[in-house]
Order: sequence, then structure tokens, then C-alpha cells
Amino acid sequence: MADFSSNYPLIVLIFTALAALIAGAPKNANIRLVSMVAFVGLVLAGALSVEGMTAEGPSFGSMILHGVYPCFFTLLFCLAGIVTLLLSEPYLQRFGHPQAEYTILLLFATVGMVLMASANDLITVFLGVELMSICLYVLAGFFRTEERSNEASLKYFLLGAFATGFLLYGIALVYGSSGTTNLTLIGAMHPDAGSRMIFTLGATLIAVGLSFKVAAVPFHMWAPDVYEGAPTPVTAFMSTGAKAAAFAAFLTVFSRTLHFGGSSVAAVIAVIAASSMIVGNVVAISQSNIKRMLAYSSIAHAGYMLSGVAAGSVQGEVGVMFYLSAYAFMNLGAFGVISVVERDHSEGLGIDSYAGLSRRRPLLAGLMALFMFSLAGIPPFAGFFGKYYVFLAAIDARMTWLAIVGVLTSVVSAYYYLRIVVVMYFQDGEATPVSAPARPVLIALILSALMTLQFGIYPSAVLRLTHQLF
Amino acid sequence: MNFIDQHILTVVVFLPLAGALAVAFAPVTSDETIKRLGLAAVTVPFLLSLYLFFAFDSTKAGYQFVQHVPWIATLNISYFVGIDGISLLLVLLTTFLMPLALLGTWNSVDRRLREYTAVMLLLEAGMLGVFVSLDLFLFYVYWEAMLIPMYFIIGIWGGQERVYAAVKFFLYTLFGSLLMLVAILSLAYFASTQPGGQFTTNLLDLSLLADRIPPNLQLWMFAAFALSFAIKVPLFPLHTWLPDAHVQAPTAGSVILAGVLLKMGTYGFIRFCFPLFPDAAVRAAPILAVLSVVGIVYGALVAMVQTDMKKLVAYSSVSHLGFVVLGIFSMTEEGMQGAVIQMVNHGLSTGALFLLVGMIYDRTHTRMIADYGGAAKFIPVYATILMVVSLSSMGLPGLNGFVGEFLVLVGAFKSGILDSYAYAAVAGLGVIFSAVYLLWMYQRVMLGPGREGGMYGGHTLTDLAPREIAALVPIIVFIVWIGVYPSTFLSKSAPAVRNAVEQMENARRGIHVRYAQVSPVSSSSIAKAPQAMPKGRR
Repeated sequence: MADFSSNYPLIVLIFTALAALIAGAPKNANIRLVSMVAFVGLVLAGALSVEGMTAEGPSFGSMILHGVYPCFFTLLFCLAGIVTLLLSEPYLQRFGHPQAEYTILLLFATVGMVLMASANDLITVFLGVELMSICLYVLAGFFRTEERSNEASLKYFLLGAFATGFLLYGIALVYGSSGTTNLTLIGAMHPDAGSRMIFTLGATLIAVGLSFKVAAVPFHMWAPDVYEGAPTPVTAFMSTGAKAAAFAAFLTVFSRTLHFGGSSVAAVIAVIAASSMIVGNVVAISQSNIKRMLAYSSIAHAGYMLSGVAAGSVQGEVGVMFYLSAYAFMNLGAFGVISVVERDHSEGLGIDSYAGLSRRRPLLAGLMALFMFSLAGIPPFAGFFGKYYVFLAAIDARMTWLAIVGVLTSVVSAYYYLRIVVVMYFQDGEATPVSAPARPVLIALILSALMTLQFGIYPSAVLRLTHQLF
Repeated sequence: MNFIDQHILTVVVFLPLAGALAVAFAPVTSDETIKRLGLAAVTVPFLLSLYLFFAFDSTKAGYQFVQHVPWIATLNISYFVGIDGISLLLVLLTTFLMPLALLGTWNSVDRRLREYTAVMLLLEAGMLGVFVSLDLFLFYVYWEAMLIPMYFIIGIWGGQERVYAAVKFFLYTLFGSLLMLVAILSLAYFASTQPGGQFTTNLLDLSLLADRIPPNLQLWMFAAFALSFAIKVPLFPLHTWLPDAHVQAPTAGSVILAGVLLKMGTYGFIRFCFPLFPDAAVRAAPILAVLSVVGIVYGALVAMVQTDMKKLVAYSSVSHLGFVVLGIFSMTEEGMQGAVIQMVNHGLSTGALFLLVGMIYDRTHTRMIADYGGAAKFIPVYATILMVVSLSSMGLPGLNGFVGEFLVLVGAFKSGILDSYAYAAVAGLGVIFSAVYLLWMYQRVMLGPGREGGMYGGHTLTDLAPREIAALVPIIVFIVWIGVYPSTFLSKSAPAVRNAVEQMENARRGIHVRYAQVSPVSSSSIAKAPQAMPKGRR
């Protein structure tokens, strides 16, 4: 029973997903009801995960971990899920695809994410990755009459399956050399036990598999197309929740289990981080579709976060966790605004659609500007403090070069984030008509904006949570 | 210290912020009410900073009105503010110029007035924050956050090329600042590696470590800070953002940009580079002094050939700010005092020049010198004020510019660190050139035969309105005051400057001692010098 009582958030989420499934099963199911169930479940799970931030320990035969670390991420996933739900309903209504399955898939994806964050066994990591990914494949293709949506789904699925193959092969090799998939046991192993070479190969393949999921260079190819084609709220969820989940698994396996700081794997991850920052930011400049632009920006942000992972220190871990939370809100907000400005599916996604937004919809433009400045890492917004923390970790780990690459690419990134502000505020000319945001969207946007501000001005609250870990 | 003194700086910084929120959300529709609200929101901080000025104890060298509250405890970052005589003068300059800038451009903003007023207030909060911060993290937050309102001011209310100018300004400054961020982090990390040390961004704690930082590391970190400040000043050859930004910005934006923003760079050198990296500052002094002298002459020469009055004033800033940097890096008491007072002077006279150019532009919609001539006949009050301000800017004895430039030149002559008369000699040329470009402009615009009926650029020229005079007269008062009796202000900054000079002198002797220790072993001692130092763990 202790296993259950210490894992309430996870269990609540699973049951919520099942309840939503049942509520959505009848032919003329009440979609409102399904959303309500999902909403209540997410809020409850989020609240329980705040409660659950106590000492860590294994449960369910050491397959999963309970305590601060998984609960921190669970809270993040629940909040991301809530914001996504708020964004989704009006969006789906506008484009005529309100279906119960959408919400149900979203819930199961959240369960998968939570599993990834609470994994204490490579098998659990794999289960989580699969549960999350399969739901997201479907969600990406949710507009099944749309060519782009189908393309996104198929591309995501094929490349994702490929990545899963890497991950699974990596797990097999690690198992082959260590005789176990349990992370506690692997962490306790003597460095020279088993075949070192096979073990390193396995760990590298796991890193490759997870790099696919976080969309880091050179495993980023899928991201722009998928982000562009998927329904905007799904993109928001993918770029925040799914990314956070993949980073949670990254940290669990590499930082918390293998303590790889200073090793050659750390150097490899540093290189991946640097190339993600460079490629993501440079390519984003030339994008004219805002969703693609943010896709490349999300590749770059994966790079910033990976520099925290590469540091391999407690600083780095805390930094990545903070960055993920900050990024989640500013990015959800940005995609939220996009979902409002978007007209018929692929219309209204060009950056020029934002012309004159500040006159037409001052609040929307103001929020977007805030999210853009935060993404660019300008204080006093959340993004700045996230960067501060991961660069600090990099310098702490004697990787000053990584921090310098980081700040230089930040200047590049400022250029394309500012471009949105330029279009919204500085350009004269006819303003494109944009409908007023529906109330749930407005709530979601303001919530994201408040979090973005709070994380930047008074980060101590979040930091206190993350520091409980250590 | 009593409750008021402990919190007054916070109040001064956050009042404009509160004002910005009030303006943004106030349920008023009339433009006039919004303007008045804005003016009130910048006047109160000025009155409060007058209190600061009189309550400030100029016998003490340390920081006063200090407030120290933990902020981000896990990283040992605190909300730490306080001022010494140097920051006091700059705070006063900021709060003094703000109401005048708003008053002087009362009717020039024709669109989005509410946003404009709010953004100006945000800008003031950011600038004041920079001048009072004693924690590097806090300082950095203000330093960068301030870019956002300035970016909007140039980008929304600017001239034809405003988007280009705004983006250039933003990216240029951001580039410098972000490298400074890496240096701040490295420094804070260095502190944590010291025996008994911890990760900190507290300026006072960090300056205690100054002599423990290995010289090469110190030089790198100094370079990162200096780059950021040099871009802001702007020092030749990093000045190219300035003409664009100044010319495109609306009048009030230019006034604040020239009057206050540029001072953040020179202030940064004194406040951060000197105490944190004294050895590196001494070693780099000749380079920075050369750049500032080049800037003085270059800025003046380029100003001379401008056809646009606003551009002329913009380039004159490059020249004048060169004096400030030269004064700072002479590292003598005269030089630095001159630099501090010159910062104030430049804020006053260039601020007034931008206001004047803006006022005449509002009337005729042209800033081209060629479009004018003989205007003095039609606008005698304007012509008189422009004359006084121009004379102040070119350093006529009896007006403020003379005091600053004179002290800077004396400092540059005396400086043992620069150790050459050439700096002062070449810089002296800048004084002459400034007379040339300003008087020549005055002659071409104001003197000569007037246009028929006072028509310029297709508009009738009218003299200054009482409101505009009200915005300019306070500046004139201070121009004369500082020119005649600068001690009122110099006495405030003297202890802080003396302190800084003393520290730099020590650093210089330290380097000499170290060179002397090494020289018997190796003839080319500079590369080897670091090894003679007590080394910190790296």
C-alpha cells in the first residue's frame, strides 16, 4: 500500500486518463465532461505532487521513484497540461475538430511524461517514452484532413520510431554489460564491472535516443516540420512537456545515475549543446513561419539546457530544472498567442500576420512581447534567469567556452525574437484582423505571463523546490 | 540609520515603475491628464533625490542610504543598493532631466501617448536602478532591462529609419552586456573557489578579492566588462550605433539617451572595473586613453561636416564622452573629478541641445542646417538659449563645460599612469574643434540674412513657448552654477573619487613592485609577471 500512497500523483493521473476514456467512449459523448474530468484530474495531481515533495525513495519493486524529483516534474507536466487544455478547447472549436480523444490522448501523454520523470529503471524510461510518444504521434496528426498535419504525424512517427530503436538498443547493451536495468543498481556498480566498452556504447545510444526527443542537433531534423504541422496547442505541449520529460530522463540516467560530469560523455553532450545553440539560433533567423521559427528556437533552447546537463553537477541539474519550468511557461504563452492569431490552419502563421497587432489587440501584443523578451533571455523575465543558471553551471564545470557560445548565440536569437516585436509594434500599415482571444485562452496566457514574470523577479520560490533535492 | 534613509533609494527607483503602471492602467482618456500624471510621476523622484543630495554626508567615502535584503538566497544574490558621491550626482542628473525632457516635448508625441509615458517611466526606473545597485546581478538586471523601454522609444516614436536604429542599438548593447554576464559569473565563481569564500555577486565582497585574481583572468574579465561599458559610452570604434539611435529617437529619447544612458558606461568603468580589476585597469589605461583621445578628435571632426543638426549633436557626444573616459583613465583625482562633473555637464548641455533641436524641428519639420539662416531675428529667445548652451558645450570659462574639460586635461597631464603629455595635447584639440563645429552651426542657422517672413521649411518660425522656456531655464541655471561654483557638486564626489584614485595608485605600485621582483630573472617581464603574484586557486 505504501507504494500507492507515495505515488498519488501518478496514480491519480492514470485514473483520470481512464475515467476520461470511459466518459469519452459513448458515441455522443459529452466533450465538456471529458475536459472537466481531465481538468480536475490535472489540478488534483498537481496539488498532490506539491504534497509529495518529500524524501525520495523507490517504489513498485524499485521500478519507479517517488519524492521531490519526480514530483517537481509532475507538477510541471500538470501545469503544462492545464495550460494546453485551456488553449486547446477554443482552438479545436474554431477549427471544427472538438473530439474527446484529443483530451484523452493528452492525458495519457502526461502519464507517459510522469513515468519518464519518475523512472528508476531503464524499462520504465522506455515505457514512459513510448506512452508519451505514441499519444503525441496521434495528436500531431489530429487534423486528419490536413496535409501538413498528416505529414507532421508521419514524420514524427517514423523518426520517433527510429529514435526509440536507438534507445532500446542502448538499454539492451547496458543490460548486457551490467546485467541489470535498474538505475539504482547501475549507479552503484563499480566503474570497471562488466564490459566498459559495451556499457559506454549503450549509454551513448541512450543519449542519442533522448537527444531525438529533446530535438538537439544533429537529431533535430523532425522538429520544424512536426512543430509546424501539428495543431498549435499540441506543438505547445510537445515543445514544453515532452521536452521537459525527455530532459527529466536525461538527468535521471546521466546526471543522477552515471555521475558522468567531467567524462568524455559530458564532452560529447557539450558539443551537442553548442551545435544546438548555433544551428537552432542561426537557422531561426531565416524563418518566415512563426511556428517554424519557434521550432528552431526550441532546438536552441534545448542546447542551452544541455549545457546545464553537460556540466554534470548539482548546479547544472538545478539549472536545467529551472530552465525547463521557465521555458515551459514562456513557450506555452508564445504558442498560445500563435493559436489565437492563427486563422484557417496554415493561414496567419507568417510573421507578417503580426503586423499592427499592438494596435489591434494591445493586450495580446503586450503578452507576446513579454514572451519574446523572455525567450531572448532579457531580464527581468524568466528566460534570463534560466540562462544565468545554466551558464553558471557551465562555468562552474570549467566549460566557460560553452557559456561564451551560449551568450553569443543569445545575441543572434535576440534578433529574431525582436523581429516579432518589430512587426507587432514598429510597423505601420494595415493591421491584420485578429479575433479576440476566448476566455480560457486569456486565462492561460495571463497565467503563463505571470509565471514568466515571477520566475524572473523572484525565482527563489522555484529554486527552493529544486534545491530540496540535494 | 533611520527607516527613511534605508528605504529611500528603493522608493526613488520604484516610484517611476509604479508611475508607469498607474499611467498604463489609469482610467483616464484625456491626453493632457496622462501627460500631467507622467510629469508628476517623474517630479516626485526628483524631489526625493533632492533630499538625498542634502542628506548625503560628503565627508564619508563609503556608500550611504544602503539597503541590503536577501533576494535569491540559494545563489547568494541580494537586493543591495546604496550610493556614494558619484552615483548621487548621476541619480540627481537622471531625476532632474526626466521632468525637463517630458516638459520640453509636451506636444511632440502625437501617437500612443499612454504607452509613451509609461515606457519613459520604465526607462527612468531602469536607469536609476543601474546607478544605485551594489550587487552585480541586480546591476545586470537593470542594465539589460533598461534596453527594452529604450528599444520601444526608438522603434515606435522614432524617425524614418527607426526600426534599423532600434534593432542596432539593442543588439550592439546586448552583445557587450552578455559577455559581461559571463565575466560576472566567472568572477562570482572565482569567489567561491577562494578559501572561506562563497559564490557571491556582492560588489563590496568581490572587490576585496581584487588582488587575488590571477592577472590573466583579471584581464579577460576586465575586457568583458570594459567592452560592455565601452559600447554604451560609446568609445571609438564602438560608437556606430550612436548616431543612428540618437538621430532616429524622438527628442525626449535623445535627451535621455545622451543625458543619462551614455553615462551608464562611464559610470560602469568607475564603479565596477576599478574596484574589481584594479591591476587590469591600470594595465589597460593607456589603450582606453588612446581610444578616448581618438574618439575626441574623430567625433569632433565628423560633427564638423554634418548637415543635420541632430547628427551634429550626436557626434559631439562621441567627442565629449571621450573626455570623460580620458579623465577616468588618467586615474588622478583631478581627472576623475573632471570626468564625474563632465558626465553631469554633458547630460545638461547635450540634453539641452537635443531639446533645442527638437523644438525647432517641431516647428519647421527640418533639421537640415542648410534650411536655416538668420533665424535669430525671428526667435531671439531661442537664439539666446542656444548660444548659452553651445558655449557651455564648447567649454567657455564661466560655464560648466570648462570646469569638466579643464580638470580632465589637468588630470591627463599629471597622470603618472598615462605618463605622457600627448594625451592632453591631442585632447585639447577637441576643445578647439568643438568651438568650430558648434559656432559654425550657430552661424549658419541663426545668423546672416533671415528668410522672408520667418518661413523655414515651409513653416513660420515662432519663438519658444513659456512651457519650453520653463524646461530650459533650470538647465541654464545649473550650467552657470557649475561653471561658477562647481564645489557644490565636486565636494559630494570628492571622497569617493579620492578613494578610487588611491586604490588605483596602490594597484600601480603593486604592479611595479611585481615587475621589480621578476626583472632579475627575466628581461621581458610582462608575460612572467603573473607568477610573482600570490596565486588564487583557479
